[in-house]
Amino acid sequence: MDISNFNYQPIILTLQLAASTVIVLLVIGIPISWWLAHTKNRFRPVFEAVVALPLVLPPTVLGFYLLILLGPNGWIGKPVEALSGSHLSFSFTGLVIASTFYSLPFVVQPLYNAFDSIGKVPLEVAWTLGASKWDAFWTVASPMALRGYITAIVLGFAHTLGEFGVVLMVGGSIPGKTKVLSIEIYDRVETLDYAHAHFLSAGLLSFTFLVLFIVYYINKKLPVNFS
Amino acid sequence: MNLLSAKFKIVLGDFKLNVDIETPVHGFTVLFGPSGSGKTSFLRCISGLERAPEGFLQINEEIWQDESRKIFIPPNKRNIGYVFQEMRLFPHLNVEGNLRYGLKRLAPEIDDSLFSQIVEIMGLVSFLSRYPRNLSGGEKQRVALARALLTRPRLLLMDEPLAALDMRRKQEILPYFQRMQSELNIPILYVTHSLNEVLQLVDTMLLMDQGKVIAAGPVEEVLSHPHLGQHLGHKLVGTILDTTVVRQDEEFQLTVLKFNSHTLYVPRREVSPGDKLRIHIRAEDIILSIEPIANKTSVLNVLPAKVIKTIPSDDDKCKVSVKLDIGCSILATITRKSLSHLNIKSGQNIFAHIKAIRMAHELN
Repeated sequence: MDISNFNYQPIILTLQLAASTVIVLLVIGIPISWWLAHTKNRFRPVFEAVVALPLVLPPTVLGFYLLILLGPNGWIGKPVEALSGSHLSFSFTGLVIASTFYSLPFVVQPLYNAFDSIGKVPLEVAWTLGASKWDAFWTVASPMALRGYITAIVLGFAHTLGEFGVVLMVGGSIPGKTKVLSIEIYDRVETLDYAHAHFLSAGLLSFTFLVLFIVYYINKKLPVNFS
Repeated sequence: MNLLSAKFKIVLGDFKLNVDIETPVHGFTVLFGPSGSGKTSFLRCISGLERAPEGFLQINEEIWQDESRKIFIPPNKRNIGYVFQEMRLFPHLNVEGNLRYGLKRLAPEIDDSLFSQIVEIMGLVSFLSRYPRNLSGGEKQRVALARALLTRPRLLLMDEPLAALDMRRKQEILPYFQRMQSELNIPILYVTHSLNEVLQLVDTMLLMDQGKVIAAGPVEEVLSHPHLGQHLGHKLVGTILDTTVVRQDEEFQLTVLKFNSHTLYVPRREVSPGDKLRIHIRAEDIILSIEPIANKTSVLNVLPAKVIKTIPSDDDKCKVSVKLDIGCSILATITRKSLSHLNIKSGQNIFAHIKAIRMAHELN
C-alpha cells in the first residue's frame, strides 16, 4: 500500500457527516427526549416506538423509504428541489437527513433516560427559586443530565461513522460527496485491495473503541446524584 | 399582618382537596393533620406547583390565582420560599452555588450583609465551598432553608422539613428555626403530622382532615376545642400555657414555673430562671373537685378556677368537656357521671388538680 497517495477524502467526509448529524440530532433530539420524559400523553408509546424503529429495522428498508421521500418526486425532495434547484438524494445534505433518522434513537434514548431519572422535583425546586422553565432546563436539568448528553453525543457520532446501508441507498458512492468510510472499505474489499481495507477498518475500529472507552470512563467519574 | 384567602377544589387520583379559608398568616402557622389529609397538596396549590382547576388565592392585595378570571401567577413569580421534605439541593452546585441560585433570580438587589447574616444564622459559614454529597441530612436541610430565605420570600412554605431526620438531628435544627423566626420575621406555613417537633414555635394552627380544613385559629384555641379530639387525637386535646421559669428547686429536684399568678411545679428541666417555657396540659389529666383537697392528695399542682361552661362530647357519650377560667381558659374532660354527681354548673368555683404537665416539645 502506497501511503503517499492515500485517499483521505472518505475519512474527512465521514467525520463531517458524523459531526453535522450530531448537531442536527441535538437540536431535534433534546426537545423530543424532554417531551417524552415529561408528557402524560397517552400516545407516548407510539412516539417511543417510532423513535426506536431504526434500532431494529434493516438499514436498507429505512434507506429505501428515505430515498423515496428525498427523491426528486418525494414529499421532501420535490419541494426542496423546487426551492433550491438541487437534488436532495445523492447529496451530502441528503446524507445528513438520512443519518439523522438512522442515529435518532442513539441520541434520544440516553437523553430521555437522563431527563427521566432527574424527574420533575429539581425543576420544581428551581421554579420556586424564581427560575423560569427555560432557565431551569439550562441551569438545573442540563447540568444534572451531563452524562446523558455525553453518551448521546458520542453514541450518535460513533453510530453515524459506521453506517452503511442507509448511506448506500440514499447517497450512493460519489467520491467527495457521499462516499463515506464504510463504503470506501466495501469498495476496497470488492477490488481485493485488502491492505487498504485493513488500514481503514483497523483505524475505524481503534477510533471507535477509544471514543467509547473515554465515554464510559468519564461517566464513571461523574457522580451526579440528586440528594 | 398578612391575610391569606385560599379556595381550592382539585381532584388528585382518588383524593379530593376542598379548601376554603381566610386566615391571617404571621409568625409560625402550622398546617397539621394525619398523613393523607391533603396538607402537602394544599401547600403545592399555594405555591402554584399544582394548579387547582377551581382556585382562588390572595395574599393581602395580591391575587396569585383566580380561575374565574383565568389568572394564574406561576411559582417563579410568586415570591414564596419552599422547603421540601427531602432536602433537594442541586448536586452540581456547591453550597454557595445553591444559596445564590434563588438569590440571583429573585432578590438580585440584596446586599451581601443579608447573605452573611443568613449564612451565619443557619451556621453555614464553613460549608460554603462543600458539595451537597458531603453534607449530613441536618446540614442539607439548613442549606435548603437558607436558600429559600435568601429570596426574601413573602411567605415561607415548609413541607415536613424535619421528617427525614432522626430525633437528634431534629433537636439540632430547631434552634435554627427559632433564630430564623426571631431575627427575620418571615411568615411561615409549616406542614407536619407530628406537632411535638414544632409546638413550641406555633402561633396559629390549621387543622386538616380528609382534604378539608377542619379548624383554624390560635394554637391554644384549636387544641382546646373539645370537638376536635377525633381529628387531633385525644392526647393532644388540652391547653397550652406560656410560662416563665421562676427558679430551680434543688431539694426536690423540681422546676418552678409561673403563669399569671399561678405557680406550677414540674420535674426538673435544664432551664434558667426567666426562660420561657411552653407547656401542654391534656384535658384528660385534670381532676376536678368542689372542695380544696390539695393537702390531702399527692397532686402538686392545684389551681382555683371558675366553670365557664360544659360541652358534651361528640364521639364519646360518657365524657364531658368542662371549660374553666384560671385567668385564661383551660379545658378538662371528665365523665358525665362525675359531672352529674358533683353537680357542676356554669359560674361555679372549683379546683383543678393537674396530674401531669408536658413540655410542648416532649408531646407524643
